[in-house]
Amino acid sequence: MSSNQNILVKLNNAGFSVNKKWLVKGVSLQVEKGKIVTLIGPNGSGKSTTAKIALGIYKQIDGSVEKYTNKIGYVPQKISIDWTLPLRVNDFMLLTERLNNEKIDEALSLTGVIHLKNKNLGDLSGGEFQRVLLAQAISKKPDLLVLDEPVQGVDFTGEIALYELIKKISDELNCGILLISHDLHTVMSATDYVVCLNGHVCCSGSPMEVAKNNEYKALFGEQASQILSRYEHRHDHIHTDEGEIKKN
Amino acid sequence: MLDDFFIRALLAGIGVAFVTGPLGCFVIWRRLSYFGDTLAHSALLGVTLAFTMEFNIALSVFVISSIIALILIQLQKRTNLPGDALLGLLAHSSLAVGLVVVGFLTFIRFDIMGLLFGDILAVSVNDLLIIWIGGALILVTLKFIWKPLFASTVNYELAEAEGLNPDRAKAIFTILMAAIIAISIKMVGLLLITGMLIIPAAMARNLSSSPQSMVILSIVGGLLSVIIGLFTSLEFNTSSGPSIITAALLLFILSLFKIKQSIKLKN
Repeated sequence: MSSNQNILVKLNNAGFSVNKKWLVKGVSLQVEKGKIVTLIGPNGSGKSTTAKIALGIYKQIDGSVEKYTNKIGYVPQKISIDWTLPLRVNDFMLLTERLNNEKIDEALSLTGVIHLKNKNLGDLSGGEFQRVLLAQAISKKPDLLVLDEPVQGVDFTGEIALYELIKKISDELNCGILLISHDLHTVMSATDYVVCLNGHVCCSGSPMEVAKNNEYKALFGEQASQILSRYEHRHDHIHTDEGEIKKN
Repeated sequence: MLDDFFIRALLAGIGVAFVTGPLGCFVIWRRLSYFGDTLAHSALLGVTLAFTMEFNIALSVFVISSIIALILIQLQKRTNLPGDALLGLLAHSSLAVGLVVVGFLTFIRFDIMGLLFGDILAVSVNDLLIIWIGGALILVTLKFIWKPLFASTVNYELAEAEGLNPDRAKAIFTILMAAIIAISIKMVGLLLITGMLIIPAAMARNLSSSPQSMVILSIVGGLLSVIIGLFTSLEFNTSSGPSIITAALLLFILSLFKIKQSIKLKN
């Protein structure tokens, strides 16, 4: 093993099961400084689970996780704020770290929501809320960013801008990014390494390698290998509760 | 000055309100009102234990409530019964067992009504010390775990991922809940302690736009409830607990008018 100093987090044959049903199994991957690793795969393929293993949210896991940083920013797939909790955007920015006003404003400006600073989180639209989540995650200038579908609900032009921003953040802060995305087009253009999941690692490698891979084609359809095509997938196999793979 | 029972009751109530304010906000945010009820119901068992063993009441209530909280956590792991059923099971069985034990303790004269609904005549200088010192300890501890507790209240996974150790904060908070019940039992009574936690906080929610302002208003609401409630209790010779909670309810109803206005403004 090339004990690379740039490694931020590394999964060794990691898996997680609930009630003897595997959510994901046998995942090995690593995220390095300045690199974007993207997880793709159909619904229920274990993308979010893999991210939570990497973050240490799931502790009783198979295999192992090596984490080399504690400065982590996270955008979960779903957050719901209860009405009973009055929370403004500004309060949310201060949730996990004591930040000065300048840093808060900087992060909110980067994601284009500085005008919402004193609004209640409950009053934001889905897209605005995602931008606030992303701002919170980047505000403390983390070493590792884990983004679980960070642009869901964001309008089309905003989506492109936010992906550009993510790329820019990765370059400027030299931080590693573990990204979960549904948008293959963006994945292919902005990613250093792609891991294609379907309960296990189907295939992985550079975007071009993955696009040519037969398993990837089988999972996402022939068209997807022509990169620009949009998301479409067919299941050629199913998973038993024991984690075995059965061909259809 | 402390010779006057009313001054003692007032000071005790003020001490309690300073602590129930912030804790009550978390009870509402984390949906713990039934959990608070369960701990409070089990307090009767703690009181009987204190009488039989000639032990300090607040301390034994604290111990029993903490044990009940631990049992709850174990039950949650071992059965598939839903949380509210488990809480009901513990709340009512511990209250029942407590009342049965009281029946056996015929050699002690018990003021059951005072225990259930609070008794301002019963507050001693010793109780005052327990409330103020215990209350200060609770608030200092809460300040210490505020960030991880609050972050995990907003989103557990975010708090965990960004390295805040929410599990420890949650465990400490459970102990704080047992502690506030232990120190406020004489004032409010065990059936109404949860009301003291949630009603001022609910009132505060109607009036506030940030977590900090909600905590402060919740304390203010609690203080007003205690002062209004105790004066009525003195005037009309009613139990202190129900008087305080009724005052809190009136404040809550007043706060609804403010919220109606702000909804109108929005439209």
